[in-house]
Amino acid sequence: MDNKIKKVDLIFEKVDYLDILEKSFKRTQDEIILDVIDSGLRGRGGAGFPTGLKWKFAKNEEADQKYVICNADEGEPGTFKDREILTQSPEKVLAGMALCGMATGASKGYIYLRGEYNFLLPSLSATINKFHEDLKELNFDFTIEINSGSGAYVCGEETALMESMEGKRGEPRNKPPFPTSSGYLGKPTSINNVETLVFALMIAKEGPTKFKEMGTFDSRGSKVFSVSGDTPTAGIFELELGMSLENFVNEFGDGDTKAVQIGGAAGFCVSRKDFKDTVIGFEGIPTGGSMMLFNSTRSMFNILKDYLEFFEEESCGQCTPCRVGCQQLLKGIEAVKKGVKPPAYLDELQKLSETMKLASKCGLGQSAPNPFNSIINNFREEIIY
Amino acid sequence: MTNIEELVKEQAEVHGKERKNLMPILQAVLRSERYISEEAMVAIAKELDISTADVYGTASFYTFMDTKPKGKNVIRVCKTITCHMKGKDAVIGALEDLLKIKLGENTSDGKFSLLQANCLGWCHKGPVMLINDEVYPEVTPESAVEVIQEYLKQK
Amino acid sequence: MSKYKVSLKINNLPVSVDEGTTILEAARQLNFKIPTLCHHDDLCVAGNCRVCVVEQEGSRALPAACATPVSEGMEIRTNSMKVRQARKNIIELLLSEHNADCTKCFKSGYCELQEAANEYRTGDHVYLDVRSQNEVDISSPSIEKDDSKCIRCQRCVRTCTQLQSVSALAVTHKGKDMKISTFLDKPMNDVVCTNCGQCINRCPTASLVERNYIDQVFDAIYDPKKFVVVQTAPATRVAISEEFGLGPNRSTGKLVSALRRLGFDKVLDTDFTADLTIMEEGTELLTRLKEALVDGKDVALPMMTSCSPGWIKFQEHIFPDMLDNLSTCKSPQQMFGPLAKTYYAEKINKNPAEMVVVSIMPCTAKKYEADRPEMRGSGYKDVDFVLTTRELGRMIHQAGIEFDKLDDEKYDSILGESTGAAVIFGATGGVMEAALRTAYEIVTGREVPFANLNIKPVRGMEGIKEAAVKIKDVKPEWSFLEGVELKTAIAHGLTNAKKLMEKVRDGSANYHFIEVMACPSGCIGGGGQPIPTNMEIRKKRAAAIYEEDEKMAVRKSHENPEITAIYESFLHNPGGHRSHDLLHTHYSPKKRY
Repeated sequence: MDNKIKKVDLIFEKVDYLDILEKSFKRTQDEIILDVIDSGLRGRGGAGFPTGLKWKFAKNEEADQKYVICNADEGEPGTFKDREILTQSPEKVLAGMALCGMATGASKGYIYLRGEYNFLLPSLSATINKFHEDLKELNFDFTIEINSGSGAYVCGEETALMESMEGKRGEPRNKPPFPTSSGYLGKPTSINNVETLVFALMIAKEGPTKFKEMGTFDSRGSKVFSVSGDTPTAGIFELELGMSLENFVNEFGDGDTKAVQIGGAAGFCVSRKDFKDTVIGFEGIPTGGSMMLFNSTRSMFNILKDYLEFFEEESCGQCTPCRVGCQQLLKGIEAVKKGVKPPAYLDELQKLSETMKLASKCGLGQSAPNPFNSIINNFREEIIY
Repeated sequence: MTNIEELVKEQAEVHGKERKNLMPILQAVLRSERYISEEAMVAIAKELDISTADVYGTASFYTFMDTKPKGKNVIRVCKTITCHMKGKDAVIGALEDLLKIKLGENTSDGKFSLLQANCLGWCHKGPVMLINDEVYPEVTPESAVEVIQEYLKQK
Repeated sequence: MSKYKVSLKINNLPVSVDEGTTILEAARQLNFKIPTLCHHDDLCVAGNCRVCVVEQEGSRALPAACATPVSEGMEIRTNSMKVRQARKNIIELLLSEHNADCTKCFKSGYCELQEAANEYRTGDHVYLDVRSQNEVDISSPSIEKDDSKCIRCQRCVRTCTQLQSVSALAVTHKGKDMKISTFLDKPMNDVVCTNCGQCINRCPTASLVERNYIDQVFDAIYDPKKFVVVQTAPATRVAISEEFGLGPNRSTGKLVSALRRLGFDKVLDTDFTADLTIMEEGTELLTRLKEALVDGKDVALPMMTSCSPGWIKFQEHIFPDMLDNLSTCKSPQQMFGPLAKTYYAEKINKNPAEMVVVSIMPCTAKKYEADRPEMRGSGYKDVDFVLTTRELGRMIHQAGIEFDKLDDEKYDSILGESTGAAVIFGATGGVMEAALRTAYEIVTGREVPFANLNIKPVRGMEGIKEAAVKIKDVKPEWSFLEGVELKTAIAHGLTNAKKLMEKVRDGSANYHFIEVMACPSGCIGGGGQPIPTNMEIRKKRAAAIYEEDEKMAVRKSHENPEITAIYESFLHNPGGHRSHDLLHTHYSPKKRY
């Protein structure tokens, strides 16, 4: 493996987005979608569903109304790249939405912006107004509105987000049906992460090849990473996918990195011994961009406790494995720490976490046990003593 | 009609009286009042023709939609992992001392509420705090106090 | 419309089902029972308890059988090791947030969580205790709400919003704090709750139960100074058998026998006052029609029945502008109370102050109704205690009475005689049918023109029913009704009632008389009836009710000899002075928000 970190500049590159849209407009829906499929682009929010396929499903639906939603409910701890993209390249996000609208046959787009980013509203609204003017010149009927969140991590889950947009509690729905057939207000809906939309636009601009040539077979292209924690260079970096964690730590670590949490609170904690063999990408450990570095001064117990407190509060609460499971994991490690429960209780909790992964209704409950399992597996002694 | 009822009515006109418009109406009340009062929830239930329990159930789901009175300025200090690592407890401590309240309380003059929040999306610049919609990244106990003193001067 | 068939395998057995069928339903067709808690046949899919997870070939996650439609070629295992482990963990998680003091619990032996825990032999305290610490809400005279027993399945919320359109209950907060609550967590008695008790019927645990008054009633029975009379509502006699595992069954005689063995001094019948209701309400309807058609007065029409206290409270909250449309007649229970403490007390020479009137009701709203300040026509609290069918079942069990072995006995006289018209009050459409049997005959002198008195159009489980009866060849004193087509409508379940009321309010529906029962299928599906409930059970109860009617010697209220007697010696005329004092009431608007 190449031991270099490759920095890329697709997301923040200034482009003539109207030109891209104008050219795309002259192509067929299938052509646009085929490029996205061919590029290998997978959703950049974390789950990694193939974007082109999603668009194709939505396109194939017959409906009087379809929607495009930009998921800007960036709530995963350790992730802040969407805020940066919306700050630096908002027009590219809007153009990506319009492109998706063209490809799928949707005339209405929504940005679901987390309430924590309300300060972006004035500038984003102004950009949208200007964008609407631009679209008039193209004679393309597509409008965008902003819906705000109000502090609920689970609304980043696509169906919870749609529930929230419908004025309800942000509780994930049963799937199927999937949003591409029955999404917002029961209509076919393509919901994409902020970053994904910009990549789709860039693929429309450059063609699929340039994107496809980067990264690995399973993880094409580049990705915007949010780097935080014990690092001298915290911030946003667009990097080619498929690097080893060791290379990443060499670039961003402070020389004393003992663990990296990849993929946010819902992601996996990798300890130093596994840096070398860990690939950052869908074939290894996928991430919505969050990379949190911890050095040897940090207590892994405290870190895990923080994560579990987060999930205990942010679970929507509707399904049993997630609502009660998160509480049990948190109270369980505290009980073991205090000696109220024996260390073997952690094994019981690991069985429970398997049940949470298998039986929870949505991605939140299915992934909340990830930090628990990976930290217990790697740092069991820090949890017990 | 009271001010709240007028506000709700006006917002219902602007956004529409369908259920899907509940969030923006609640958010408008929140911007103006900093919390969603019983009176506001009743007014919203009437305008949208839904039950008050339903309005409350929805509002109470969202962390920012407090249903108990809040100060004119709501301070939310991020408590999640990196902000925790970078010293959010010291910031909160300094603010508690300055405002003479504990976390979760309002100042007696009704000017401030001090709360914690889950990840605010500034992990590379923690600790971070939000005052209403305004962001203050990389605060120290000292700089946080200065920020609040500015707010105190304003009014 | 023919549906596509989908073929799949469940536990290696092939099955072909309609497209859109859930895995749960498909498994049922193969006689595989998958445990469920949030699922209820009367309600929409929730998929949130996750107890029904199954293994699907090719899928890592375990889908919820209740919420996942079948697909072609699917291979499902309902009881693999993976499934068993997950299910056991989920039940253990539910137990960790559940107040599992089963020996102290009213629902012990009837609790679906307990049943699931027994089946899976879960340990008691596998996980740490994360129960919510709460006060039990006993503000309501009908419903007790204990969050420490709640497993957040949301059946009650779906019942309250979808079946009943009341929305007193909602899911509030999130994460570990998520709970089932009311507007601003107010006590149940301070919100729009109609006390219908449908939530209780569907609560899998004892988080929602009726306020129970078993001990108070036993105290009264054993108090030598008290003279305790009991009345039984129509719907109880076809459902009490379910408390003894006998299924819905006509068991009036055993019911009477059991009550006597429990020690009630007299066993009397609400059916008697059901007949009386027909006399009073029928007269009221004819009077309103006369005032409208002859005198040209602006009287409130359509007139609506008032037997269902859940419906009355719903109307007071949601349609306060239409209270004049409600019949002023008290419900049969509340007609019985004041008559027992006046007319009857005098007949048997008892001091009403020493009398205790207990009623056995299929209903929880009746508890609230008996507590209404208007319900003191006798000068005393007219009805002292209201017990549900379930509470009575519990009393019979406690007293060691072997219900299935009892001989049939007859009600005491007086206030014990009734007709087939009274017993059908228990099913949706029954009050309408009884009223038509009497009113038609009063006006024309002939029986209603339906074979064997069975007015089929008003029967059945359709949410809103309509029936029109053409009135002709009337007696001279009713000439104003000649040729009139009497238009009626019937709604059961408050969601249907609300739809009907909205049509009445906006003028798009034009009726003379409307029957509304708050509970799905009428009183047989009442909030105080045996658990479980579903359409199949309710249909069986209804069938038993109509069979009971057919077997009665007298099937028209106005032919009940005791009714004739009470008008002759005590009430004089329907709607007369005494009736007004004892048998009629008024309503007042209540806060909706």
